[in-house]
This record gives sequence, structure tokens and C-alpha cells, in this order.
Amino acid sequence: MSSSPTGVTISREPAEGHVGGELLTVNFGPQHPSTHGVLRLVVILDGEVIRGVRPVIGYLHTGIEKQMEALRWQQGVVVTDRHDYLSPLHNNLAYAMAVERLVGVEPPPRAQALRVIMCELTRISSHCLWLGTSSLELGAMSMFMYCLRERETVLAMNEEISGYRMHTSYIRPGGVMADATERFWDMLADFVEKMPGHVDEYEDLLTNNPIWKRRTVGIGYLSAEDAVRLGASGPMVRGSGLPWDLRKTMPYSGYEKYDFEIAVEEAGDCYARYLCRIKEFRESVRILKQAMASIPDGPINVDERKMLPPPREELETSMEAVIHHFKLFTEGYSVPSGDVYAAVESPRGEHGCYVVSDGTHKPRRVKFRSASFVNLQALEHMAMGSMIADMIAMIGTADTVLGDVDR
Amino acid sequence: MSVFSDVAALLVGLKTTLGETFKPHVTVQWPEEKSVRSERYRGRHYLRRYDNGLERCIGCELCAAACPVGCILVIAAENTAENRVSPGERYAKVYEINMLRCIFCGYCEEACPVQAIVLGPEYELSNVSREQFIYTKEMLLEPSPQQPPLYAGKKSQH
Repeated sequence: MSSSPTGVTISREPAEGHVGGELLTVNFGPQHPSTHGVLRLVVILDGEVIRGVRPVIGYLHTGIEKQMEALRWQQGVVVTDRHDYLSPLHNNLAYAMAVERLVGVEPPPRAQALRVIMCELTRISSHCLWLGTSSLELGAMSMFMYCLRERETVLAMNEEISGYRMHTSYIRPGGVMADATERFWDMLADFVEKMPGHVDEYEDLLTNNPIWKRRTVGIGYLSAEDAVRLGASGPMVRGSGLPWDLRKTMPYSGYEKYDFEIAVEEAGDCYARYLCRIKEFRESVRILKQAMASIPDGPINVDERKMLPPPREELETSMEAVIHHFKLFTEGYSVPSGDVYAAVESPRGEHGCYVVSDGTHKPRRVKFRSASFVNLQALEHMAMGSMIADMIAMIGTADTVLGDVDR
Repeated sequence: MSVFSDVAALLVGLKTTLGETFKPHVTVQWPEEKSVRSERYRGRHYLRRYDNGLERCIGCELCAAACPVGCILVIAAENTAENRVSPGERYAKVYEINMLRCIFCGYCEEACPVQAIVLGPEYELSNVSREQFIYTKEMLLEPSPQQPPLYAGKKSQH
């Protein structure tokens, strides 16, 4: 065996059937533009055929779980925005749900509806970025621009409602940050009207396109049994024919009130996962329309002065309010001891948040069950025996976010 | 014939891209053109004053306590009859924000009991050295009412 400083290893053991009797070990990444961040794959090649894939992770490790132990309960929200940076609202929601369950409060209906609206918008923006980059990698240049155009409108809506485009910290334990503005509702109404037309555009460009089909149909096959065995979730498992969607199977935040279908495709290949996400675009718009039409009036936060700051008007008149305000921003609130797991359906699959409290004002431990990490281990299974060039399509449709993998 | 359906699919795609040529541009030509920031935008911080010119900040350090990344430094000093800076007992003698650490979460704004610190719409904050990212009180404070305001306040005056 000889290895070179460039990371290319050639094993010289002669074996039957290998091209030239050699297996080639190549580093795929971590700086490869199609690895969606800094994913490093050690790929064992027989000619161009993949004989082994070993993901090497940790290049984007940020210690987010550990950081949260040093932050008070309400401060932890800003960190959850930042590991899966394409679906910050889902991360917020999982954390907020876990803390709310520990405290034993239920957010008011308007907050729940606003959470659903923001989560579905995030799902659309995340899928837009996924579709744009994945198709760009397979050669569809204009798709990237069209998808980012729609993503931009979602980010503008994020900015309108929360003041920030990506790291919104909008959903927090006890409710949401602020109520939606009139301009937000106008933007949303405009968006849900136009988005189905844009999805048609994407489909015009890709669904029947022979090049796209040749790069994805039959590539990266994952059977339903393997998907379950490997713990995959989200479009990875729905693309293999299993109707598993936490919004339906374990409803949270009032999802049971909305009429939508689980996007399922039977084939189990990259094309099926693509179709699955295209369906999810449409289902998300459907949920958005219903949520807009049926949004209840009322408060957007729980009526719990120990968890959320008092209204600003009261600070001028009530000493109690000032005391609560100061207490909350210096010491924070304490959460009863115990542990809880809350899971949401993020654009990538089941995103869970496991929180342990020892009764103090900071979490004892926060653990994220990130969909990207678990879906990544299905990659080797999908890639075995296919060509190295198809690796790009498989990484693309697995839709891993490396910040979420390493946390 | 699959060849015909393939060609037809490609033509449908080409029609979409061609149609796009005649639609209005969505790209904003930054920095010549700028998009409008929302009312709630969380950009560069400002320290506000009352209409009579007194500083709002009372040096309570609640912003520093609320900050998840610890980027705010406040050192308070007592107001005296000769040197009255803020209406309360104390004022901020030193107020510094390390913009390299700041994550613009807006918790300082939410924590401030007198609405002294607000996050404004400015987001183009690049600079050439690390030292210049330590924003001092002079940089953050709104000029006194005699001068034109840096930023005319998105928060209600009261």
C-alpha cells in the first residue's frame, strides 16, 4: 500500500475483478463544493465503482450542545438557530416544545398557528435551497437562481416578522417573539398565491427532463426496510414508500387541525426523493393557506410571568413588573427537574431535542437528535456499487446540513 | 417515442427559461441599489436619548446580563448635580459592544427597561481591523437633539 500527501491511497493487493487489480481510496471533500459544507467521505473505488464509503465528520463541530449548558433557558434559543442553519425555526420549535413540556405550559392557539406558519415557510425555504443546489450540482444552472428567488421572499418574511433573515430566534419557550404585522400577512398572501406557479416552473425544468432523470432515476436506491433499519427519516424514508411524517403520526403544535397529505413516493431512488420534496412544497402551501385563513385571535405568549418578560407598558407603573423583568434577564427562570424528548418534522426528517433539567435556571444537558446525522449513515448503503459521479446526486438528495451533523 | 418526449420535455424547460428573460429582474444591484429593511430589523445598535438631550441609559447592566454571548460591557457611574447625564441615579460611563461577538439576537433591546439600546436598520458593518469592531459609547450614542439624528428611532417615544 502506498499513500501520497494528497490523501490518495492505492492498495496494491491484487484482487480478482478489480480494474488493474487495484482499489483506490480517495478523499471526497471536505472542501468539495458539492458536499454541502464540509463533509469528508473516504471513498474506496474500483475503477469508477464505489466499493466503500466512510463519512468523516467533525469539520464543522461548534459545541452547540455544550454551549447550551452554559446558557439560561431563554438564551438557549439563539444557539438552536445555528446548528441546522437551513431550518432554524424547526430547531427553535423542538427546543421550545421540550422546555414547555418540562415546565408544563401549553402555548396559546395563536402562537401555535404562527409557529406552524413559520415552520412551513422554513420548510419551503429549506427545500428551495436544497433543490437549487442539488440541481446545480447535476448541471441545472438556472434552477439555482429560480429557487433562491423564492427563498429570498421567505427570508424577507422572516425579517418582517422577527427582524432577522436566518437566525430569527422567533419561536421561544412560552410562545413566539412577536405578533405578525399587517405587511407580513400581505406578503404571505402574495406568496401562497404565487408559490404553486413557481413549483410548476421547477417541475417544467426538471421532472421530465431527460438529463435530470438519467442522473437520478434508479440512483441511490434505499429500500424501505433499510431506511427503517438505518433510522432514516423525512424525505429519505418517505421516498422509499413509508408514510412516516411526524406532523401526521405524532401531531404537535396543532398540526392535526390542518388537512394535508404525507408526500410519499415508492421508488426509493434519488428521483423519488426529489418528487417527494416537490410534493411537500405543495402540501406546505396548502397548510399555509389553511393556517392563514383559520388563525385564531388571542395572546401569542403563555400567561406566565416567570417565563416571559412583562409587557413594556407595565414597567413604568408596576414595581412587581420591574422586579420580574430584572429577575428574568439576570437569573432567568428555573425549570422543574426531569427529562423530556420533543421531536418535530424538520425539512430533513425527525429533529428531536432531548433536554435534562436539574431544577436550576440552566439546562443540565441538551441533546439534539438531528435528522442530517442519522440520514448520513444511510449514504454508504445507497452508494455501494454505483459510480463515483452519482455520489453527488446521493449526497444532494440525502440533504444533510453539516452544521446539524456535527453540532 | 421516448426521444420525442425527451425533446418535448427539454423544450418545455427552454420555454420556461426563455419566458424568464422577459420578466422584470428580481436581483437588487447592491450596493448601488438597496433593499428596504423591515421595521423590526436587528442591525447595528444605537443608544438613544430623551428629547431634552439626556441619555436614556441608566447603567443598570441588564443588557450585559441578558446577552447570550457576553459582548456588552457597561461600567456605570453616579450622576451628580454638576454632571447630570441621565435622569436616573446612574449613567453608563463606559458602554462598549464587541461587534465581532454580537449575534444580533435583540435580547439587549428586549431587556433594556428604559429603551435606551435599540437595534437599528444598518447592517453594512465591515471594517479593516478587529479593534474597530469594539463600538464605544461615542459611536453608539445618538447625537444630541441639536444635531440631526443618526437614526430616527423605530421605537415609540415615551
